[in-house]
Amino acid sequence: MTTTLTPPADSADNAADAAKAPRRSRRPRSARAGGTLHGGPIAYAILILFTLGSLFPLVWTAIAASRDNNRLAQTPPPFWFGSNLFRNLDVAWTDANLGEAFFNTTFVAGVSAAAVVIMSTIAGFAFAKLRFRGRGALMLIVIGTMMVPPQLSVIPLYMMVAKLDWTDQLQAVILPSLVSAFGVFFMRQYLIQALPDELIEAARVDGASSWRVVWHIVFPAARPAMAVLGMLTFVQTWNDFLWPFLVLTQTGNPTVQVAVAGLGRGYTPDQSLIMAGALLGTLPLLLVFAIFGKQIVGGIMQGAVKG
Amino acid sequence: MATRHDTAAPPVKEGGAAPARASADAAPTEAEQRHRARLSRRWQRDIRWSPYAFVSPFFLLFLAFGLFPLIYTGWASLHQVELTAPTDMEWVGLRNYTRIFDDDFFWNAAKNTLTIGIIATVPQLLMAMGLAHILNYKLRASTFYRVAMLAPYATSIAAASLVFVLLFGRDYGMINWALHQVGIGAVDWQNDKWPSQFAVSSIIIWRWTGYNALIYLAAMQAIPQDLYESAALDGASRWRQFLHVTLPALRPTILFTVVVSTIGASQVFGEPLLFDANKGASGGAEHQFQTLGLYLYEQGWVNQHLGRASAIAWTMFLILILVGIVNYVISRRLRASS
Repeated sequence: MTTTLTPPADSADNAADAAKAPRRSRRPRSARAGGTLHGGPIAYAILILFTLGSLFPLVWTAIAASRDNNRLAQTPPPFWFGSNLFRNLDVAWTDANLGEAFFNTTFVAGVSAAAVVIMSTIAGFAFAKLRFRGRGALMLIVIGTMMVPPQLSVIPLYMMVAKLDWTDQLQAVILPSLVSAFGVFFMRQYLIQALPDELIEAARVDGASSWRVVWHIVFPAARPAMAVLGMLTFVQTWNDFLWPFLVLTQTGNPTVQVAVAGLGRGYTPDQSLIMAGALLGTLPLLLVFAIFGKQIVGGIMQGAVKG
Repeated sequence: MATRHDTAAPPVKEGGAAPARASADAAPTEAEQRHRARLSRRWQRDIRWSPYAFVSPFFLLFLAFGLFPLIYTGWASLHQVELTAPTDMEWVGLRNYTRIFDDDFFWNAAKNTLTIGIIATVPQLLMAMGLAHILNYKLRASTFYRVAMLAPYATSIAAASLVFVLLFGRDYGMINWALHQVGIGAVDWQNDKWPSQFAVSSIIIWRWTGYNALIYLAAMQAIPQDLYESAALDGASRWRQFLHVTLPALRPTILFTVVVSTIGASQVFGEPLLFDANKGASGGAEHQFQTLGLYLYEQGWVNQHLGRASAIAWTMFLILILVGIVNYVISRRLRASS
């Protein structure tokens, strides 16, 4: 499987192409296909429809969270905000112990993002730029591990955790999330392109050891990709459900997802409270997306694989 | 970059970078030669072994949390192990496998996983492809659409499932209300087999379509423009360009998304767990949307048979390997035929 990195969004090229071609080209209309063609009204209609579909459940979560439970059990369902938002958020926050859950999840996601970024960068650098025996085979193993379903490891991990008496402890959640084959792959792809060999050679001639090369050259060169990988890992760990759900009992030391899921599993569920909890569990990441959305999109597109 | 000269390796043959104090003497002293030899050996060791040092943290953790559990699950699947005493293992050979294969609920879960997987994956990837094609046009505010479409990706399974439970409610849900407005009667999204499977799938479709669209878009932007131009000069319509230029160029990416989505679909767990109104792990009163992932959880953590759960996990793994092989064969056939 050969892999190449998609070049950064080539909208600049497209713009240049478009500028070169006069508006009324003598070439057939279809010659300007691909990125150079302007979207028509139908394209915009479809996009707006999908955008609404993407955002509607999120907005409606907020609407439902601002109502009271009785109003949600009526037709038609509410389409606009009520007045109970802050009360519901407050109750959900207390009921689900969300304060502690937020602290736990931020800690878990932060540690795992930092570890994944650092380990992936140095391993990715080795795979991208250093020659060593077994490089190809080891890289194949890395790619192969991306295919192993996490459910396979859940049972022995649970046994290990139970034996170590770590159930309900955060380290039980953190340790398996420290390693990411995708991260190694992602950084390798980035560094192949972003790190000129001459820079490493120059440092070598100056007598720098490998660790100094990593510290003074690789880390600075990889910083943009490290930021993206860090955010992606943070999002993924923040949203992880299966493993935290299994090792953290719902009253012990919950992550946000376990706490939010716990709200939905009470015997007399108050839907508006559940929605308030769901909203609280989603809001921090939506904020991250609102701020860094462009970079995250770019990162995902850059990590896209062409086999 | 600052260089610490005491650790720098002086070139042996050329005298240029040699330390200043040595430059007075034509012949280096014996001590200096030893010093240089030591540095040179250290240098060689560094070049030779540091790559392994760089990749070893990943592989050590992978051994502990990836490979060892994989093999241990296989070992545990040949034993009777209970959740209450996970270290007491009694050898039973293949009995766990024969027992789950005799269990109707296993086959039911396998079928549900397949149908939910198909309902979730096929429309999702088709829509993602269409969206990517549109996003590849020149558009106003294109970044906004991309970010908005990715917003569901930032939403957790837990939050998304809870919202969709409400939207798909039978009596007061938004979707049945909308259907009522266009004259369609209430659908029991919770208890009827196909509607409930569709509802579970829709959560997956909602969360992942935008993500896959971005992956396709990245691949589309890497297709050279001249391919389209020459196709157009040959008189190919835009649809034929899509069929004969875009799709072939995207084939590896499509294969990648199919494999990743298949793996994801085989593991569906949180959505059906939280979609269940009875708050159990049975996937609805009639097991109508119990997936293999949920069945594994029910066997291991509700019924406390970790050995049987391990057998389910390994069966899932073997199925995935099979899917991988089939994918590989198909892609080779496709490549050979084109």
